[in-house]
Amino acid sequence: MIELTDFLILGAILFTISMAGIFLNRKNVLILLMAIELMLLAVNINFVAFSHYMGDISGQIFVFFILTVAAAEAAIGLAILVLLFRNRHTINVDDLDELRG
Amino acid sequence: MDSLKMESLYLGIVLAPLIGAVLSGIFGHWMERRVSHIVTIGGVAISFVLALIIFKDTVIDGNNTFNENIYTWLVSDGVGFYVGFMIDELTAMMLVVVSFVSLMVHIYTIGYMQKDPGYKRFFSYISLFTFSMFVLVMSNNFMQLFFGWEAVGVVSYLLIGFWYEKDTAIYANLKAFLVNRVGDFGFLLGIAAVLLYFGSMDYAEVFAGTDSVVGQTIEVFEGSEWSVMTLICILLFVGAMGKSAQVPLHVWLPDSMEGPTPISALIHAATMVTAGIFMVARMSPLFELSETALSVVMIVGATTALFMGFLGLVQHDIKKVVAYSTLSQLGYMTVALGASAYAAGVFHLMTHAFFKALLFLAAGSVIIAMHHEQDMRKMGGLRKYMPITYWTSLVGSLALIGFPGFSGFFSKDAIIEAVHASSITGSTYAYIAVLSGVFITALYSFRMFFLTFHGEERFHKSDDHKPHETPWVVTGPLIALAIPSVVMGAIYIEPMLFGGFFGNAIQVAPEHDVLSHLGESFHGVFGFVLHGMMAPPFWLAMAGVGTAYYLYMVRKDIPAQIAKKFSTIHYMLESKYGFDRFNEIFFAGGARGIGGLLWKFGDRKLIDGLIVNGSAYGVGKMASVVRYLQSGYLYHYAFAMIIGLVVMLGWVLYR
Repeated sequence: MIELTDFLILGAILFTISMAGIFLNRKNVLILLMAIELMLLAVNINFVAFSHYMGDISGQIFVFFILTVAAAEAAIGLAILVLLFRNRHTINVDDLDELRG
Repeated sequence: MDSLKMESLYLGIVLAPLIGAVLSGIFGHWMERRVSHIVTIGGVAISFVLALIIFKDTVIDGNNTFNENIYTWLVSDGVGFYVGFMIDELTAMMLVVVSFVSLMVHIYTIGYMQKDPGYKRFFSYISLFTFSMFVLVMSNNFMQLFFGWEAVGVVSYLLIGFWYEKDTAIYANLKAFLVNRVGDFGFLLGIAAVLLYFGSMDYAEVFAGTDSVVGQTIEVFEGSEWSVMTLICILLFVGAMGKSAQVPLHVWLPDSMEGPTPISALIHAATMVTAGIFMVARMSPLFELSETALSVVMIVGATTALFMGFLGLVQHDIKKVVAYSTLSQLGYMTVALGASAYAAGVFHLMTHAFFKALLFLAAGSVIIAMHHEQDMRKMGGLRKYMPITYWTSLVGSLALIGFPGFSGFFSKDAIIEAVHASSITGSTYAYIAVLSGVFITALYSFRMFFLTFHGEERFHKSDDHKPHETPWVVTGPLIALAIPSVVMGAIYIEPMLFGGFFGNAIQVAPEHDVLSHLGESFHGVFGFVLHGMMAPPFWLAMAGVGTAYYLYMVRKDIPAQIAKKFSTIHYMLESKYGFDRFNEIFFAGGARGIGGLLWKFGDRKLIDGLIVNGSAYGVGKMASVVRYLQSGYLYHYAFAMIIGLVVMLGWVLYR
């Protein structure tokens, strides 16, 4: 039998991986976007697991909303990325420090 | 006459000069010179006739006094501000004096200002002055009194600086304005105190309410209790000190001689400067309740009367001599007020208005003849060139020194006797001061008289520049003023001082009533004259004239020797006891110093340096440090977010 904690551990592992992806990745903005998506999925797993074990459907409905927003976010993020590459000819994270004070 | 008709008379007397002033001032541009003086003189002449009617109605027919509000300006928190008239014997007398002198000065101006480009402006101003003075003397409440008080101040300012292209005139009018502000500050505080304690600004209500205020005290400084009455009276008197040029607020009056001579006569000798005397006399029911205030009034007046007279001895400018004599005579009036002889003070105010206006206008006539030369050292021997001016000046001077029979004799002798009879603190000092003042008055008056009209001719003489008698518009007023200067005293001494002329307008407490004490030994005008001729003031005056004759006609080398021998005293007099220098160094210098410090430290350092530029600099400095947090790398921000999240979660969970 798979316990709730197993799901939570899976969610935590996924979240940690994505966080490490954001921190450690110095090369590619694309990977940053993927890491953010992964982070959202980790949260979704938590939602679904809690929803299932507590017998409350609203958690799973919430997940649909999050997925929708995540899809929209991915679309916009990729669009920005395309424009960024067109202007800068690079998607190297280390080179993108325009906002530095 | 019924009261409605009288009311329109009162309005007419005030409005006629105002209309003249407005016509000549605003529409003067489209007028001929002649028209502008006709409308203003017409306005003042109407006022004069109305004043005579009012005088007859109030004083001679003895009708009841009028005291009513005719217009409500505003009512605030139960306190009303009204325009109203109080017409009693005191007002009626002031109206006649003011309108008569003003009318004479208006006529005289035609001759004096003949060639001046500001002719219409001048007429507009003096008519406006007449209006303001009427408002002042006819007022029935403190608010309107203050309006008139300030209005005459403004006109005085405008007229001292009439020749606004002259630097000295501008400084003089600024000085007059500033010094008067000091006095007005006290005056305003006094009015505020009246409002606070009496809850009304109406004269009648205030005078009726004295009983409840008389015992009260107020703590002015920590631990010093003052009687409220004393405080109110002294504050009001500070106002009078400014307007009536009493020591130490007298410094503006000699400088005001920068203005044209007609206004020196009208404003700075005959009428405006006596507003303070009038006000104190009007407030006699209040002043009677505070012996301390009366003592202050008397000592200040005595100091002014004597020490300002001394200054007249060393002046060379003919107008300055008359100006110092005005100061000294105002001191006499103030002494009379201090001695509770209000009637004597006001009596001297009236006679002084005539003979001092006369002296000033005569001095102006001399100045016209000398082609605007005012230095007496460049005059002399004018007697044969200007006989009318000579004789009228002689009348004026005799009245001023109090020669028996002339108007000044009666009023001044009454004051001296009243002070002698008074027993309040300071009366001995005041008596000595006014008595020695008589000698000084005679000395400087006749010094001026001899230097101007007698002796050798010290001016440049050429055929086209010969001194000549002035035209009739100048000599006419001189003669018209000379007549009351002679006769007014003899006519009015008995009713004014002893005969209850003033009715209830002036109230004197029985224990202060020196005039009724004098009245017991008064046996007609001739008795007074005879008694006066045996009394010390007469001999002092004669000694003064004799000394002046000896020093300035016989041994002309002596004055210079005296000046050399007593150089310290001479220097002191020349520098006017250093009041000007003291004010210059202490008040002006102090104000400049404080201003400089505030500018340097308050403005430049604190506001500009610290607050305005400092805040901008601080923001910039802070931003230059904080900007290093803004690396521009996404993972730094993400890291900061996670750290923040962890810290906040930790705080929520483990607190």
